Amino acid sequence: MTQINVRVDGASYTDDVEPRTLLVHYLRETLGKVGTVVGCDTSNCGACTVHLDGEAVKSCTVLAVQADGSAVTTIEGIADGRTLHPMQKAFHEMHGLQCGFCTPGMIMASIDLVGDNPDPSDSEVREGIEGNLCRCTGYQNIVRAVQQAAAEMRGGEGRHAAPAGADAGAQA
Amino acid sequence: MIPAAFAYARPTTVDEALEAIASGGEDVKVLAGGQSLIPVMRLRLAAPETVVDLTRVAGLRGVREEGDVLVIGAMTTHSDILADPLIAQYGQLIAQATETVADRQVRHRGTFGGALVHADPAGDLPAVALALDAEFVLVGPNGRRTVGAADFFVDYLTTTLEEGELLVEVRVPELAEADGWGVRYEKFNRVAQAWSIVAVAAAVRREGGRIAEARIGLTNMGTTPLRAGAAEAALAGADLSLEAVTAAAELAAEGTEPSSDLNAQGDYRQHLARVLTKRALTAAAGL
Repeated sequence: MTQINVRVDGASYTDDVEPRTLLVHYLRETLGKVGTVVGCDTSNCGACTVHLDGEAVKSCTVLAVQADGSAVTTIEGIADGRTLHPMQKAFHEMHGLQCGFCTPGMIMASIDLVGDNPDPSDSEVREGIEGNLCRCTGYQNIVRAVQQAAAEMRGGEGRHAAPAGADAGAQA
Repeated sequence: MIPAAFAYARPTTVDEALEAIASGGEDVKVLAGGQSLIPVMRLRLAAPETVVDLTRVAGLRGVREEGDVLVIGAMTTHSDILADPLIAQYGQLIAQATETVADRQVRHRGTFGGALVHADPAGDLPAVALALDAEFVLVGPNGRRTVGAADFFVDYLTTTLEEGELLVEVRVPELAEADGWGVRYEKFNRVAQAWSIVAVAAAVRREGGRIAEARIGLTNMGTTPLRAGAAEAALAGADLSLEAVTAAAELAAEGTEPSSDLNAQGDYRQHLARVLTKRALTAAAGL
C-alpha cells in the first residue's frame, strides 16, 4: 500500500491505496464519488473524465498513486451549491443527453475544451470531445450545449466565468 | 478490469530511475504517460512485477534549443508539445502529427518519449522521428549513448533500448520556413481516436524553383516506421512541380510489405501510401 494525499472537489484526503488502484476506482469506491462512471474497458469512452490539476484526463487510465499531491475535480465538484455550472445547465437546457451515462465525462471534457478555446466552432467542438462517446444523442444537441455554455462562460461575470481558473485555484 | 498487483517505484532523478529498473526484478515496465501501458495492464496483456513511474523525474519534461537542434525531453506530454513555442516555430511536422494522436484527454497524459519507445507501427510519432532522422539519447547502467532513428526502431513494438536503459531525450533538426522547409502529416483513419490505417509524414526543402531535399516517413506500412526512399531519391533536385511530386508519390510504397488486417488489406495500404504521399508532398511543397 502507498499513502496518497489528494484534494478532490475541494476537500483533502489521505488514504492508503494499492498501486494498481485506478483513479476512477479510488474516486468511486474509496471516496464515494460515484458521479464519475466507468463506461468501457479500453480507455475509449471518456465517461470517467475528470480534471487532474486542471487538465481533463481519463481517470480509468491514471493510477490513484499518480494523483498524489494533486487536485482532482469531478462532476460532483463543479456546481455552486444548487446552482449548476454553465456547462451542466446548457446540457440540461439543450437536451444534450438521453440516458445520461456519458454526461459526466462529456461535461468535464467540454469544460476543458472551452478553457482552451472559448468560442469553438461546430467542428472544433466535435474534434474537441472526440475522446467521449455518446451512444444516444447523435451529438447534435451536445454540440449545441457546449456552444451555449461557451457563450455564457465567455460573457458571464458570474462565479463560473472561468472554470479553468477555478481548477487552477484548487491546486495544492 | 484492474491491473494485476505490482511493486511501484517513483524515482525523482534519472539515477534513481535506473536503480529502480535494475532492482525491479524480472519484468519491469517504465511508466511515462501510461496511456498505452495502463490499458494493456488493465487487460492483463502485461502484468509487470515492478512499475517505475517517471512522472516525478526532474529534467525530462520540456523542449529546448541547442544550436539548430530541438531537444525534446522524453516526458514532454503531447499537450506540452502542442503549446510549445519552439515546436510551433521549428517543429511543425511533430505538431501536426501530435494533434492527431488519440484525443485531448490522452494528449494531456501521453508523452513524446513514451510514444516513441512504445514503437507501435500505427503510432504517429515514430514515422515523424524517422523522417527527421531524430537522435535518441539513451541512458543506462553503462552510461549514455545516442542512436539514430534508423537504428532505433527494430521491429513491431521493439526498439534498440536494452534492458535497464531509459530514453531521456530526443534531438531533431529544426526545420525553418526561412530555409525553405515545408511539412505535412497526412493521416488516414475512419473514426475518432483511431490509429492510423496509413499515414505519411513529409518534409520538403525548396530552393530556387527546385526541390533540394524531401523526407518521407510512412506510418503503419510495416512492422516499423519506414522511409519512402525511392520517392525521396526521385525528388532530390527535381523541379518544384505537381508533375514531379505526382511521379515521386507513385514510388511511395516501393519495397513495403504492409500487413493485412480488419482495417485494410496490404495492397490497399500501398494504394493509400501513394495517395497520401502525393497529398502530403503537394501541401509540404506549397503546390
